[in-house]
Amino acid sequence: MNWPRLTLRTGALGYLAFLIVIPVGSVFYRAFQHGFATAWDAITTTDALHALWLTLLVVVIAVPLDTVFGVGVALILARHRFPGAWLLDALVDIPLALSPVVVGLSLVLVYGHTGWFGNWLAARGITIIFSVPGIVMASAVVALPYVVREVLPVLQEIGTDQEQAARTLGAGPLTVFRRITLPSIQRGLAYGMTLTTARVLGEFGAVAIVSGSIIGRTQTLTLFISSSIDNLDPIGAFTGAVVLGLIALGVLGLLGVVGPREGRTKWLSKSPESPSDSDPLSLSTG
Amino acid sequence: MTLEVPNGSLTALLGPSGGGKSTLLRVIAGLETPDTGTVEIDGEDLTGVPVRKRGIGFCFQHYAPFRHLTVRRNVAFGLEVRRLPKAAVRTKVDELLDLVKLTAFADRYPSQLSGGQRQRMALARALAIEPRVLLLDEPFGALDAQVRKQLRIWLRELHSKINVTTVLVTHDQEEAMEVADRLAIINDGRLEQVGAPADIYDHPANEFVLKFLGPATELDGAWVRPHDLVLHRSAEAPGAQQATVERVTHLGFEVRVDLRVAGDRELWVQLNRGSAAELHLSPGDAVWVSPSGTAVAPTPGTQTPGTPERGPSSTEPTTPVAVG
Repeated sequence: MNWPRLTLRTGALGYLAFLIVIPVGSVFYRAFQHGFATAWDAITTTDALHALWLTLLVVVIAVPLDTVFGVGVALILARHRFPGAWLLDALVDIPLALSPVVVGLSLVLVYGHTGWFGNWLAARGITIIFSVPGIVMASAVVALPYVVREVLPVLQEIGTDQEQAARTLGAGPLTVFRRITLPSIQRGLAYGMTLTTARVLGEFGAVAIVSGSIIGRTQTLTLFISSSIDNLDPIGAFTGAVVLGLIALGVLGLLGVVGPREGRTKWLSKSPESPSDSDPLSLSTG
Repeated sequence: MTLEVPNGSLTALLGPSGGGKSTLLRVIAGLETPDTGTVEIDGEDLTGVPVRKRGIGFCFQHYAPFRHLTVRRNVAFGLEVRRLPKAAVRTKVDELLDLVKLTAFADRYPSQLSGGQRQRMALARALAIEPRVLLLDEPFGALDAQVRKQLRIWLRELHSKINVTTVLVTHDQEEAMEVADRLAIINDGRLEQVGAPADIYDHPANEFVLKFLGPATELDGAWVRPHDLVLHRSAEAPGAQQATVERVTHLGFEVRVDLRVAGDRELWVQLNRGSAAELHLSPGDAVWVSPSGTAVAPTPGTQTPGTPERGPSSTEPTTPVAVG
């Protein structure tokens, strides 16, 4: 019996069980404790459905924003030398270091009614805080680093040789990006987008501050769960949590489909049977 | 510097690492912008023309294969970018794969190829766009010695078959002399000498070229090739100088004899096995050394390093690539 290995496995599994499996499992259990029908009723109320719709809307806007921005910043950092690059690099990490609550507060300070741009925006009929644009902004800010951090190392690793080769073969900048760069960063990009989506789905602190959590208007799923608990509606909270969990699982599953799998990505792995140069090069050219 | 490359020639830019050979190649390709000067192909000024419109084929030192594409799609890339009809692309790619002997590997990914195969794929990819000039950056640098030898001969044959004007960069003088029909010796950003390999070897413009192209040793204050020296057991040869054998080293076919001549100067002679055996040399022996009939010492002073040199001699045809 291999005791050290067994201990390590038990320890790792136990840790996961106590931190993830049991708590998440109990949420599922509590949601369906009073039967499927009760859970269904709780999640199909107007407010719950609106929260679900709003959450998906925010994902659909914020994730593409962060993706385009993330790839752009990664390309700039990987392919260009300029003074202040380190500053841009550091700025990208700020949302990771800052508490989401601080992010939310700072947005309110700038774009709120009493904020720097608040009056100017209000005069033009644009409301950001306590409204959907604010929620999208807050979500985009907190999830901003993931695509950059996943794509940048891949870009640095592949270098510029392939892009230069494509240029000598007649490809313009867009073609180079679409046909060479994008396929090369595909895996990192898919992973970064998944993390971004998960972060946007689950964001609470920043969104709580900027949205005002107006039921049926600016309430996302996480806010809905929170207010359900406050309103002593545990079934609503648990079923909301289950829905959020299922969407997250769906996103992870999507990564499995979009991201590379064995067989589709032979080019990524070091081929174990990489041939040697022993094949005689026929010199009797025909 | 001014360098002209005749149409259809295979020119090697030869020199020590860091001398600016690769930079020159990248300037010709348009991957780097020269601070001053112009690049012309067929008399057309291409200095401001972007890389993708120059019509040059470039093989990178590490081949830069498109890792996510099969061999076939790699080769087809330049044609697909030009939006050629599918059938035409297919025919052309099949032709090229046959030319570089990779037909059997068409559906593999670059990671499943050996170094030599990747090199050939990169060549086929560059040739697909029917470039006006083919540029090869250290084409054999990353391969092991055996494959290197094979590929040199193969490249030579390929060139005589397709006859595209080719410029390659190498730091290996043996490789350059074997593959190229013209050499351009580059050192420290300067063009030292241009010409046919044999001419440069026999008539080096300066000491640097002499030493870089092959072994050199000093006799009577002049540089000679050690294989252009003759040893005698007696003083009968006119002009021979007396020396003492220090060491005899057998290197297979070649035998290296280290000598000490009057004035405590060192000298070495390269003999073939046969002549070494006839002489029965051993350390301490007295010998006489003289230059053989073909020995040519460089003529320092006629060409100072850094002097701009003109490329082809008058016997050579048109001048499609010119960097100035």
